[in-house]
Amino acid sequence: MSAVEAYARLLAARAGAAQPVASVRHVHLSERPLVLVPLTMAGEANAPLAALVGTDERAPALLVVGQPRDRALRFAFASELAGILLAHVERCAAAGTEPVKPPKAAARQQPATAPAGRGAGRAGAAAGGLGGAPAGADAAGTGEQGTDGPGADWEAEAAPEPAEPVRFLDAPQVLVPNRAGIDFVRLFGRSTRFRATTGEHAVPAAVPVLGRWLTYLAGRAEHPGSASLVAMTEALTLHWATGQSALEDANLAALMAWIDPPAGLSGPEAALLAEDPVRWPPAGPATDPQFDNRVLAPAIRAYDAAAAGQAGSGGGDERLGEALAEIQRVARTQLEPTWRLMWRAVDRLRALPAAASAPRRWERDRARFTAYYSYLRDSDGGLPQARRDGAVAAARRLGALERELAEYEADRAFDDPLVLAGHRVTGEAFVGTVVGADRERRRPNERGSLVTRPLVQLRTVDPARLATGTRVRSPARPGQTGVTLAVEPADDGFLVVLELSGGMGRSKVPPPGSVPKVGETLAYTSLLVEGAFSAGLPAPEDTPWTHGGPPSPYEPAEQDARELWE
Amino acid sequence: MRHEGKTEARLGRIRGSEPPRRHNARTIAALTSNPGCARRAVLDAAGVDKERLAARVGFPAAFGQSQFAIVRGNAFEKQVKADGCAELLRLLRELLGLDLEQATYRDLGAGETGDSLHPRHAAARAQLAGAAEGARPTVFDHPLLRLDIAGQEVYLEPDLVAFQHGGAFHVVEIKSFPVIDGQADGEKVAAAAIQSAVYVLALRRLLGRADAVSHEVVLVCPKDFSNVPVATTIDVRRQLLVLEHQLARLTRIDTLLDALPDDLTLDLAENGAGGPVVTAEALTGALGRVAARYAPGCLSTCELAFFCRREAAGRTATLGAGVREELGGVETIDEALGLAHGTLAPDEERAEAAAMLRTAARVYAEGLQAASAAVPPAPVALTADGEPAAPPGAGAGP
Repeated sequence: MSAVEAYARLLAARAGAAQPVASVRHVHLSERPLVLVPLTMAGEANAPLAALVGTDERAPALLVVGQPRDRALRFAFASELAGILLAHVERCAAAGTEPVKPPKAAARQQPATAPAGRGAGRAGAAAGGLGGAPAGADAAGTGEQGTDGPGADWEAEAAPEPAEPVRFLDAPQVLVPNRAGIDFVRLFGRSTRFRATTGEHAVPAAVPVLGRWLTYLAGRAEHPGSASLVAMTEALTLHWATGQSALEDANLAALMAWIDPPAGLSGPEAALLAEDPVRWPPAGPATDPQFDNRVLAPAIRAYDAAAAGQAGSGGGDERLGEALAEIQRVARTQLEPTWRLMWRAVDRLRALPAAASAPRRWERDRARFTAYYSYLRDSDGGLPQARRDGAVAAARRLGALERELAEYEADRAFDDPLVLAGHRVTGEAFVGTVVGADRERRRPNERGSLVTRPLVQLRTVDPARLATGTRVRSPARPGQTGVTLAVEPADDGFLVVLELSGGMGRSKVPPPGSVPKVGETLAYTSLLVEGAFSAGLPAPEDTPWTHGGPPSPYEPAEQDARELWE
Repeated sequence: MRHEGKTEARLGRIRGSEPPRRHNARTIAALTSNPGCARRAVLDAAGVDKERLAARVGFPAAFGQSQFAIVRGNAFEKQVKADGCAELLRLLRELLGLDLEQATYRDLGAGETGDSLHPRHAAARAQLAGAAEGARPTVFDHPLLRLDIAGQEVYLEPDLVAFQHGGAFHVVEIKSFPVIDGQADGEKVAAAAIQSAVYVLALRRLLGRADAVSHEVVLVCPKDFSNVPVATTIDVRRQLLVLEHQLARLTRIDTLLDALPDDLTLDLAENGAGGPVVTAEALTGALGRVAARYAPGCLSTCELAFFCRREAAGRTATLGAGVREELGGVETIDEALGLAHGTLAPDEERAEAAAMLRTAARVYAEGLQAASAAVPPAPVALTADGEPAAPPGAGAGP
């Protein structure tokens, strides 16, 4: 919660309408995202009850489980869901590929001295371009660091090098209503990925594959900036501030009421109505207890009776069909309002122009998708993800998540003046006017040779809190890095002196325009993409004893497949 | 003692002719959330039925449990306790290293309610005290404990209490939420921990010795996606501290009561003619006399939360603790916006918060401007009442 977001909430509360906290869309949106609205049965361990799922708002597939406590019916549901999700995966894989340039070894070794390249990458991404050295460097980063989801053990060992010479042009994107929806995906993946398709507890063939993909998606959802599995409430609150609390924002209907209220109603009025579970059933996966007790329980009892009758007499198919139709009907009443909300939310997000760095983040999702897709098809691959990360995989994963978070925050500040505003309040960024520039300044570097290092002085009224020697960069001049030489109080604000390097070409005197001119207004931020670097980790085989020694590769145990699900 | 009687009489007047609402472990545990709320403290001490009160003043809360959850919970508990807790004894042996080889199982009679509670409690008390003296490891099923809450006797029924000779009593709580790969829902575990802490406290008071009851409670849950029970210990020392502090505070309710008008009443009863003794308007007015401290978290714990939220409209607290903090603790939305837009002069205390708010307002307006310059047309609306989002004189530079 930044001060600017807090202020935007104040404005929203007074105006009775959500206020923007982002001016561009920081989340990639696919042409045809797969929207999934799941419901579970209360009291059970993630037992599916029903779901609406599909890529077309007008034609969702409704899946229901007549008796959610019945194991066989649960796996039938999983099989149906697998049919839809795996088809989506295949469609994405069939959309074509693009070549990935081999990584340059140097690109990762000297990130601090390659800002120009980064900047160029940014500009390239902004223009929709994909190739180029920075893109390759990014691929190297993700491959090398093993940034996949939980159970990345397989990846840390199976793919130490970025193995894929190509990358799919598309990747699956699944949208769920809220954070609990992501938990549903993770747990449903967990309950299905170990299942065996042969033997005593055999399940339909697609079920364990579904489990692997759901686990992959849930793992991606933990990566900052990933758009493979997105909770709609979180995507929306990234772009709008409401006049209610974050806790109330977790209710998709109430959140959308502030962002897009029905005609004639203010945000708070609409939000109040949205809290009525009869009018707006919860967005799941938990159902409304009153619905359970009054509507669903009788319907399931009728289904049970019909099923018992069928088992007893051998007939009664019709009764069972009727009972199932009734459960489908009541499930639909709970799912459809959320389904429509999801698509309205998609439309609202789509109306925002995409952020400059969003395609680059999506490219990473595509790279991970490509890697996992081919892993599943590999002759010695395709094992389910382990139950828990090993020490090595966990450490790598944590490091990767931290780095991605820092990158994501820096990217968003670069892409969006409203996000930058939040950093201006804390003093990590400032906007100032150039009041002095020494374009031709040269000074000896560490080796004694003269280099061009222009100076610019900026005056700002922002509370710039930058220590001397802080590296900063301007979204308007991404190829150029500044180092603060001094930050001094000056009438009503600060005078910031920056020494610039990069983005000026090779001539001794920088060409005009390559150095900010007096009178120019510029934003500078100390949040830089390469700002976060953690210490390197030892190779898996050199894991110290403190972390359990070298990990043994994950071997799926037979008991995993036989696990009960009652 | 006279003083105590006076307090009780006073609480009785507030409650009116209704019988006091009985506490249970869950409601006692709820006392520990939002401890600064005087309204809640007074209502709970007086034993007012908050759910009915909320409905009467027009803000019914949708607290309810799905019958599916109840059925599953009961089935799991029954399964764990089947055959004299055979399954559970095995788990406890492994988990606590207890020598429960020859443990006895003693059912202290669940399910009875009403006036028969007292003898049941007396029996449980005798049994538990006897066990503490004795030598046989025992698992007690549904012993009835008692705890004094603000002068009220509250009966509590933990699922199980295990006793090990030479060791200590362990409270055992059976919950039906799953532990998947060693992890469970954090909120549910937290709720179970504080509830178990209530039992630990009651058991300690019953035995008169704190060291007789372990601060490690045993949580029994279904493992992964199955019905197979798995036991885990939870350290509830922190919860015990919070709980004892809260309960001590409830006994100091006098201070809160002294600040209230003498004739304050929230009687929910009906008169002979079927009409209310106190009208809804009068109830609302009376509630308004008792200060609340609303926070969004109340919505999931307190039956009156929707009433308090409406009452707190316009306060920064309704936006959440994080936002309120970010705003430097400024009390109302109007004040905060006044400070941000320079229409309200800050006092010395709020000078820092005001400076931060002015900066936030200025950079936000500049950000909107920069964004709309970059991407026309701007998909944004400024404040609806036409107030400039940026203070005059703080434009976007030259």
